[in-house]
Amino acid sequence: MLAGGRLLPYGRWSCVIIGVRLTRAILREIPAEAITEALARLYRDANTRLPEDVLAALRAARDQEDSPAGREALEQIIRNAEVAAQDSIAMCQDTGVAVVFLDIGQGVCITGGGLEKAVNEGVRRGCQEGYLRPSVVADPLQRVNTGDNTPAVMHVCVVPGDGVRIAVAPKGAGAENKSALRMLTPADGVEGVKRFVVETVSAAGPDACPPFVVGVGLGGNFESCALLAKRALLRQVGQPSPEQHLAELERELLREVNALGIGPSGFGGRTTALAVHVEAAPCHIASLPVAVNIQCHAARHAETTL
Amino acid sequence: MDDRKRICAPLSNSDVASVRAGDLVLISGDVIGARDAAHRRLFELLEQGRPLPVDLRGQIIYYVGPTPARPGEVIGTAGPTTAGRMDPYTPALLAVGLKGMIGKGSRSQAVQEAMQAHKAVYFAAVGGIGALLRRCVEGVRAIAYEDLGPEAMRLITLKDFPAIVVNDCHGGDLYAEARKRFARR
Repeated sequence: MLAGGRLLPYGRWSCVIIGVRLTRAILREIPAEAITEALARLYRDANTRLPEDVLAALRAARDQEDSPAGREALEQIIRNAEVAAQDSIAMCQDTGVAVVFLDIGQGVCITGGGLEKAVNEGVRRGCQEGYLRPSVVADPLQRVNTGDNTPAVMHVCVVPGDGVRIAVAPKGAGAENKSALRMLTPADGVEGVKRFVVETVSAAGPDACPPFVVGVGLGGNFESCALLAKRALLRQVGQPSPEQHLAELERELLREVNALGIGPSGFGGRTTALAVHVEAAPCHIASLPVAVNIQCHAARHAETTL
Repeated sequence: MDDRKRICAPLSNSDVASVRAGDLVLISGDVIGARDAAHRRLFELLEQGRPLPVDLRGQIIYYVGPTPARPGEVIGTAGPTTAGRMDPYTPALLAVGLKGMIGKGSRSQAVQEAMQAHKAVYFAAVGGIGALLRRCVEGVRAIAYEDLGPEAMRLITLKDFPAIVVNDCHGGDLYAEARKRFARR
C-alpha cells in the first residue's frame, strides 16, 4: 500500500512518522460508509461537471484557434460541457474506469468495513445512480461486463495527518489506448524524451479526442513512471511544474505538439494539446523511463477531503 | 448551420459520391448503432456464411455505446467511439453493402481502399460530446445482441446529427489533409 512512497513529496518520511503516531495512538475514526458516499458522489460529479480550469483552457483555445473546423469542434465541446452540467448527465458516454487516488492520513482508522470494498461500493452506486455506462469487463480475454464499473483502479498513499483525501479521475479508453511507456537510456537524453512524447501524441492523433492534456512521467522505474504520468493529469490544466527545467520542457513539448497540426477533434488547427504536464522522480543510473498518458479534452476529475 | 449538406439514411451510391472529405453534414434517418462486440459477431457470421440479423445494404453504422437512458428519456449520452477498433471487421461489412459509418478517429489503409472499391463514406462527429449529440436522437429500438448491454445493436433514429466527412469514396482524407495544412514544420 506504500507503493507510492516516492510519488508524493512527503512520501518517504511518512514511514518514520507512522511509528511516532502509533506510539501516541492518536486515531480519527472515519466510517467506511463515508468513503462509499464520497466515492459515489465524486464519480457522478466528475462525469457530469467539467472542472472550471479545463473549461477555461478550452475557451482560451477556442479564442486562439484559427482553423474554422477546429474552432467549431471546440464550440461543440464547450457547449457539451454546459449541457452535461445543466442536465446532470454524463458529458461522454465513456464514463471510464474509475481511477481513485486516496491519500490516507496515518492518524486515521477506517471503521465498519474494508477500504477496497468501500471504494468499489461507491463506484457501483455512482454508476447506477448516475446512469453511467458499465465499461469494465471482468477478464481481458473472456470480456464479460461487470455491469457496474467495478473494480476501481486504486492508488493509495499513507501521508501525515488525520484526513482522507479522495480524488476520482474517470478515464475513458479512447485516450488511454493511445498512451505509451518506453524505457529510454541516459544517452537518449532530453532529445530522446521529446521525440518519444511527440511521436506518441502524433500517433494518438484524432482517435484520442484532442485537444489533450498530455501527462508525462520521467524517471522512477517501469511501473512508477506510468503512475507519474497519470498523476501529472491531476494538476490544474496548464499549471507549470515547480521545477524550472521541467517547466521549460513542458513549454517546449507543448509548442512541438501543437505544431503537429492535428487540431481539435483532428479537424486541423493549432490546438492539439491544452497543456503538457511533466512529473519526474529519481531513477536508476542506467535508466531513463518515459511514460505518456494521453488525456482527452474531457479531463474529468473531482476530489474531496474527509 | 444552413450551409451544411443534409444526409438521409439509408444511402444510395449517388448520395455517397456527392460528398467530399471536409464537408460539414447533418445526418437524419435510421442508422444502426454497433461497436466492438457486435462487429465481432457480425464478422463471424459472415465468415461462416450465415445470415446477419439485419440487412446492411445502404445502411450507416454509428459506432456508439450509449450510457443507459434515464426514465422518460430516449437515450443516454451517445457520442461516437473510436472507429479504428472496427477496422479489422469493416471491409467485410462494406463488401455486403454497408454504405456509411459514423465514428471518430482514423481508418486503416485497408478500410479506406475498401470504401473506394465499394463506394462508402466515413463521417466523424466530435468525440466526447455525447451529452449534446443525444439531443439529435429521436428514437432507439433494439435490433440484436441485447446480451451485450451497452454494446447491443440498436436502430437509432437521428435528426440533424452534426458530422464531418473524413473519408469519401474518391480517396479524400480530411485528417491527412488537415494535418498537412496546419502543421507548422
